[in-house]
Amino acid sequence: MKILVAYKRVVDYNVRIQVKPDGSGVVTDGVKLSANPFDEIALEEALRLRDKGVAAEVVVATIAPGDAQAHLRNGLAMGANRAIHVVCDAAIQPLTAARTLLKLVEKEQPDLVILGKQAIDDDANQTGQMLATLWGRPQATFASKVEIADGKATVTREVDAGLETLEVDLPAVVTTDLRLNEPRFIKLPDIMKAKSKPMESIPFADLGVESADTLRTTHFEAPTKRGKGVMVKDAAELVAALKAKGLL
Amino acid sequence: MSKVLVIAEHLDGVLNASATAKTVAAAQALSPDAIDVAVFAADPSAAAADAATIAGVAKVLAVANPANAQALAQVLGPQIAALASGYSHVFAPSTTFGKDLMPVVAALLGVNQVSDLMTVEGSRVFKRPIYAGNAIVTVEAPADQTVVATVRTASWQESARGGSAPVETATVDAALPVHTRFVGLAAGSTDRPDLQSAKRVVSGGRGVGSEENFKIVFEFADKLGAAVGASRAAVDAGYVPNELQVGQTGKIIAPELYVAIGISGAIQHLTGIKDAGTIVAINKDADAPIFEIADIGLVGDLFKVLPELEATLGE
Ligand SMILES: Cc1cc2nc3c(=O)[nH]c(=O)nc-3n(C[C@H](O)[C@H](O)[C@H](O)COP(=O)(O)OP(=O)(O)OC[C@H]3O[C@@H](n4cnc5c(N)ncnc54)[C@H](O)[C@@H]3O)c2cc1C
Ligand SMILES: Nc1ncnc2c1ncn2[C@@H]1O[C@H](COP(=O)(O)O)[C@@H](O)[C@H]1O
Repeated sequence: MKILVAYKRVVDYNVRIQVKPDGSGVVTDGVKLSANPFDEIALEEALRLRDKGVAAEVVVATIAPGDAQAHLRNGLAMGANRAIHVVCDAAIQPLTAARTLLKLVEKEQPDLVILGKQAIDDDANQTGQMLATLWGRPQATFASKVEIADGKATVTREVDAGLETLEVDLPAVVTTDLRLNEPRFIKLPDIMKAKSKPMESIPFADLGVESADTLRTTHFEAPTKRGKGVMVKDAAELVAALKAKGLL
Repeated sequence: MSKVLVIAEHLDGVLNASATAKTVAAAQALSPDAIDVAVFAADPSAAAADAATIAGVAKVLAVANPANAQALAQVLGPQIAALASGYSHVFAPSTTFGKDLMPVVAALLGVNQVSDLMTVEGSRVFKRPIYAGNAIVTVEAPADQTVVATVRTASWQESARGGSAPVETATVDAALPVHTRFVGLAAGSTDRPDLQSAKRVVSGGRGVGSEENFKIVFEFADKLGAAVGASRAAVDAGYVPNELQVGQTGKIIAPELYVAIGISGAIQHLTGIKDAGTIVAINKDADAPIFEIADIGLVGDLFKVLPELEATLGE
């Protein structure tokens, strides 16, 4: 079977985000970009399914500006068979991303699509669910375990109440939570090998996607800071401080 | 003129009253003409009766269907989309229930969802966090489309109780898929205060060291009548189950008192506790970032401090 992995490039999770003083955006010039951590987990899961012989081919896809080729090369170096780059200069919203991924799904006919549960830039947590909806296929979000057998996926999901297990018919959409796996490190020889792997580049306009960026962002601001607190010396002082605040 | 449909969250027919009442509070901030609450369940009667007591609710729509026994997003989504006509806004809490479900509704209605709604600035203008809460954006939804949003519950106080809205049985006409089957739910122990609605929370991190050691965190929490939480590192190490995780990818909480024990204070953890009333940090490293946001900090070895605290409290 074939697995399609959505592999977004985002500001690295270690970067301290700064809001521009004029409220027009966040500072992204010269900031380190990396694969969305949840998407690395998605790719790792796909590769493990291929290692187990469950999947034959893993395709990574991104919707990003022209300079995202190096990002896709990383996905290939991790082990994906092929990459698809939908070249799109502007940032898009989840519904547009889902519609674009649906076009790739129609073209590639995967048995499984794995996405991150959320992109850590917009923190939207929408695209996978929207793709499943538009595709008319099952979704299993926030996965911490995925098993494939007999045309079905059994997925354990991290939900507020604990761990939920769903069985879904394939093809299906799965979104990853952090504990699904630990992504492998890329090794130098793999970077060399990745150079000769196929990468398809498709201009966004060629897919005929009706853009659906319905939300207008009008202002960015830094979150309100908490005031500096006090330090106490020992347990007795701590209890006294809590009592003074009326908390005990 | 706004009319809001709030999707109630429940587990096996028992209303998640806190999350639902906070979502109603966010809806009230729109000063709408009406707020209706919809309960989808196999037997919605108990949850609907409970939802009817939330102040500000005009009526409760109870949608009974065996297919609604579990909250399967692709099953509930088409029903909500069908029910949504006639409403300007559809809100659900930004719990794993709402996060899983509402993008399905949004996709069916052809809109993007406003995720983690923090404030209402106008009937179609909202603030929400991005980059793990390191930036807050103001977003505006178009006038001619339904607003679909998940409500960041930590940003809202529960709407009061004491209402008595009528409960109506509703039927919806929607084709429901059969491609998804619920297998089971492994729930953690439920005899402790609920992490998401508790007034006091005590969390342990990697510094606690082991599952065995976590006992002292639980004991201290019991002393305070607090719920127990954890950092991702503590969950990953297997000290406690996943549903206790606090932070960007765990639960976003706003207790009156939060005590972080052996937690360094990574940005992804702090995201989950920004709205706490008072943050107390106990850490043996005086340079731990948690002290930058703690209201009360104590540098010390948790294995020494916790017994002392218990002794002091016990007096
Ligand atoms: C995409 C993404 C999402 C994430 N989401 C979350 C999330 O939702 N929640 C979350 O918590 N993390 C999350 N993380 C992980 C986060 O970055 C940190 O790795 C994690 O919070 C660290 O947990 P910790 O503070 O328990 O461990 P550490 O950083 O290892 O800190 C342990 C602390 O314990 C102290 N300590 C050790 N022994 C003692 C002792 N005897 N007495 C007192 N203090 C002691 C140490 O001084 C240290 O400060 C996420 C990471 C990523 C990349
Ligand atoms: N531009 C994009 N390119 C590739 N994948 C994307 C893109 N946008 C969203 N995704 C996928 O959708 C997931 C959820 O994104 P979001 O809904 O924005 O939080 C991400 O983890 C990716 O797997």
